[in-house]
Amino acid sequence: MEVLMSVVIGLLFTIGTYLLLTRTLLRIILGTSLLSHGAHLLLITMAGLKTGAPPILNEGVTEYVDPLPQALILTSIVISFGVTSFFLVLAYRAYKELGTDDMDRLRGNDHE
Amino acid sequence: MSFLHYVIILPFIFVLLVPFLYKYFNKIHTGWFILTLPIGLFSLLMSYLPTISDGQIIKHDIGWIPSLDIHFSVYLDGLGLLFSLLITGIGSLVVLYSVYYLSKESEKLNTFYTYLLLFMGAMLGVVLSDNIIVLYLFWELTSISSFLLIAYWYKREKSRYGAQKSMLITVFGGLAMLAGFILMYIMSDTFSIREMISQIDTMSTQSLFVPAMLLILLGAFTKSAQFPFHIWLPDAMEAPTPVSAYLHSATMVKAGLYLVARFSPIFAGQGEWFWLVTGFGIVTLFWGSFNAVRQTDLKSILAFSTVSQLGMIMSLLGIGSLSVLANPTENAYFYAVATTAAIFHLINHATFKGALFMMVGIVDHETGTRDIRKLGGLMSLMPITFTIALIGTFSMAGLPPFNGFLSKEMFFTGVKNVTQAEFFNLQTWGILIPVLAWIASIFTFVYSMMIVFKTFTGKHQPEKLQKKAHEAPFGMLIPPIILVSLVIVFGIFPNILTETILLPTVTSILPSVLDGYGVVSEISHWHGWNLELFMTIGVIAIGTLLYLTMKKWKSIYKLFPDRFSFNRFYDRTLVRMEKNSNWIMRKHMTGYTRDYLVYIFSFIIMVLGYVLIKYTTFIWPAEQFLAPIQTYEWILAISTVLAAAAILKASSRLTAIILIGVVGYMVSLFFVIFRAPDLALTQLVVETISVALFLLCFYHLPELRREMRNIRFRITNLLISIGVGVIITFIALSVQGVNGLESISRYFVENSYKKAGGDNIVNVILVDFRGFDTMLEIIVLGIASLGVYSLIKLRLEGRDSIHENK
Repeated sequence: MEVLMSVVIGLLFTIGTYLLLTRTLLRIILGTSLLSHGAHLLLITMAGLKTGAPPILNEGVTEYVDPLPQALILTSIVISFGVTSFFLVLAYRAYKELGTDDMDRLRGNDHE
Repeated sequence: MSFLHYVIILPFIFVLLVPFLYKYFNKIHTGWFILTLPIGLFSLLMSYLPTISDGQIIKHDIGWIPSLDIHFSVYLDGLGLLFSLLITGIGSLVVLYSVYYLSKESEKLNTFYTYLLLFMGAMLGVVLSDNIIVLYLFWELTSISSFLLIAYWYKREKSRYGAQKSMLITVFGGLAMLAGFILMYIMSDTFSIREMISQIDTMSTQSLFVPAMLLILLGAFTKSAQFPFHIWLPDAMEAPTPVSAYLHSATMVKAGLYLVARFSPIFAGQGEWFWLVTGFGIVTLFWGSFNAVRQTDLKSILAFSTVSQLGMIMSLLGIGSLSVLANPTENAYFYAVATTAAIFHLINHATFKGALFMMVGIVDHETGTRDIRKLGGLMSLMPITFTIALIGTFSMAGLPPFNGFLSKEMFFTGVKNVTQAEFFNLQTWGILIPVLAWIASIFTFVYSMMIVFKTFTGKHQPEKLQKKAHEAPFGMLIPPIILVSLVIVFGIFPNILTETILLPTVTSILPSVLDGYGVVSEISHWHGWNLELFMTIGVIAIGTLLYLTMKKWKSIYKLFPDRFSFNRFYDRTLVRMEKNSNWIMRKHMTGYTRDYLVYIFSFIIMVLGYVLIKYTTFIWPAEQFLAPIQTYEWILAISTVLAAAAILKASSRLTAIILIGVVGYMVSLFFVIFRAPDLALTQLVVETISVALFLLCFYHLPELRREMRNIRFRITNLLISIGVGVIITFIALSVQGVNGLESISRYFVENSYKKAGGDNIVNVILVDFRGFDTMLEIIVLGIASLGVYSLIKLRLEGRDSIHENK
């Protein structure tokens, strides 16, 4: 399972990076989303998969999966949501003000 | 803190006072206040003279950065005292002169004296420091203050050009010198010159010894304007004349000589040292005097003359270093006479050249030009200035009874003695040294005559002068009169210098040779009809002839076209460097976000890939530790990847947004499988809101376009993306390979209920164990939402206000 997940994570990173390198704002934002998905899966895979019960204390259960990565990912999900929404509004505003969502045209004038 | 530390620090303290003096006492010329400092320091330093003449040495240490072996240690021996007396003595005269030269109505006196005092302090620091790092610090400070002083009239383009040139060349040399100093430290494990001298034997055999010598010499040669680095000095003449007299003739340019003298105890006796110092010195002597003759600007003549005289002193220091090898020891004086001559001439040069610079400044000030083609016949109009010029130039030309005659005779003795040396191939090549020296002396004679006779005799041409020529105010004449009086005094009674300052100075340059006293003999005027005298007579005869027939042979200067001059080379190099760095900058700083991301990702791939390969951290995970895979998990994984890949091909906004939603929901399904209920729930909620938000925003955003890129561009992007993916995959796999590290989460499992009273361990971690993190996370969200709000809101308000303004 971990090997399969590693490959999935790698592919998510590949696609996310490729999207980041394009010049449409929209694709770049989607790319960042994919990158954070990849990172979350990487974190949870690192701790080892399906090694115990869900981390909710129960009578008679001794083995739980590692709760620490889950706490980290939970934080990260929320943060990346905040970043994505900010990014979205920024793109929206930039388009409204400047009339383009093309990164090449957003770079300003040549040599000031 | 000893008195000597205050000698260095006081000028810097005075710098702080200058603005107040300038502002609140503007009725009085600021120079009068400044004048007290160098005079005071000079008299205080004079009080050390008997002690130093006695052969004693004064040393004081203050730890500055002891952990790095950097101490602010001052060291006063003959050499240091001689230079500090020059700095403060000439400094006093120059400040006095500047009071009359710079008008308090039209010039910015506060900046002038700030820079001048900075220089004075820095220069004293150079000659009194024993720690080479401290010495380097002050050394660069002299370069900077020289830069500021040359650019004092910064509105003139030539001033800025000259300032930049001097800065680039001297700082380049300074950096080389620093590298040399560091090599010295590596060899000797100390920054103290004293301690280095005590371990010459172990140092001179090391392989770094010669590179260190070369680098240090580079510093000395650039500072002392030795050929071919001399080009900055003539351009530095754009500075106000007091500055030229002070920095660019009497003191700063002699810092290179000081450095050579200071390091002589370490390097003397090395063939490379002798040939470089003497060779560059002799060539500079010749080239400087040869070029001085073609100049028409009085200050340019003096600049090339300074270059030439510096070369002469440099070569004498080189010749003097032979005395270390002389055997038997009583023979040492045979070569040490050159060192004595060097120091003697250093003093003499400061006196006559200082006077000449001041004289030129007076001529410039009173007539409005320094061009010898326009000047002439000033003798009757400016008799005192003429007398100063006469004494100064005759001394420079080496005529009796002035001090220049004596040091030139000693110079001839020195170069004559070289031909009899039996080491370093001197038997064959040594003869070149006296020949070049003699030819250079002839040209020295010619330009000396030019200075005095072209300016003061011949036909007066008042129509070419901007001002009506008249004698300068008395105060302006005092400093050069003092200097030419010294020229005469030293010329007639040279022996007031020998025991007092020459002997201790030569002792500090050649300590191993001159341990026993009495090797510096009396300087006398008459040695009988010897070779030196005939050389001088030859110089005068041929020099006079050349001066009179100058028109006929001046065309030889046309043999050296400007196109191949060092100045052109410097200018071209500068332009080319600017062009190239601009080109490199433009080449990679494109302004495209994509390019910067490419740099970042390539760097990630290279660094992480290097670590993975180099430290073979990659281990294939062992089968028994891996979780089994169910069929539905395969389906889940494949559909996640497919959904993500489809985003690349999506041609409409809606498709792309739905696909990103699909990936998000798949991820939350993964969380379910991986026993993370909280994550799954959160991911579901967040994904739903995100998709809604995407849809909301993209309603306003334009339709997706196809990426119009050429194929090479796409392949680069693809390669980099695959690189990142592969690296991440390998990292994920390597983590699995490393089993056996205990997780720290056992603590949370055990204490979740005990300490925090919660069953859901993840929640307990978030709100209890790591509560602060969560609080900060909420703050981040708050900031993001504020940002979102203001981005939407501000736009509308901004538009409104713009419309209202219209």
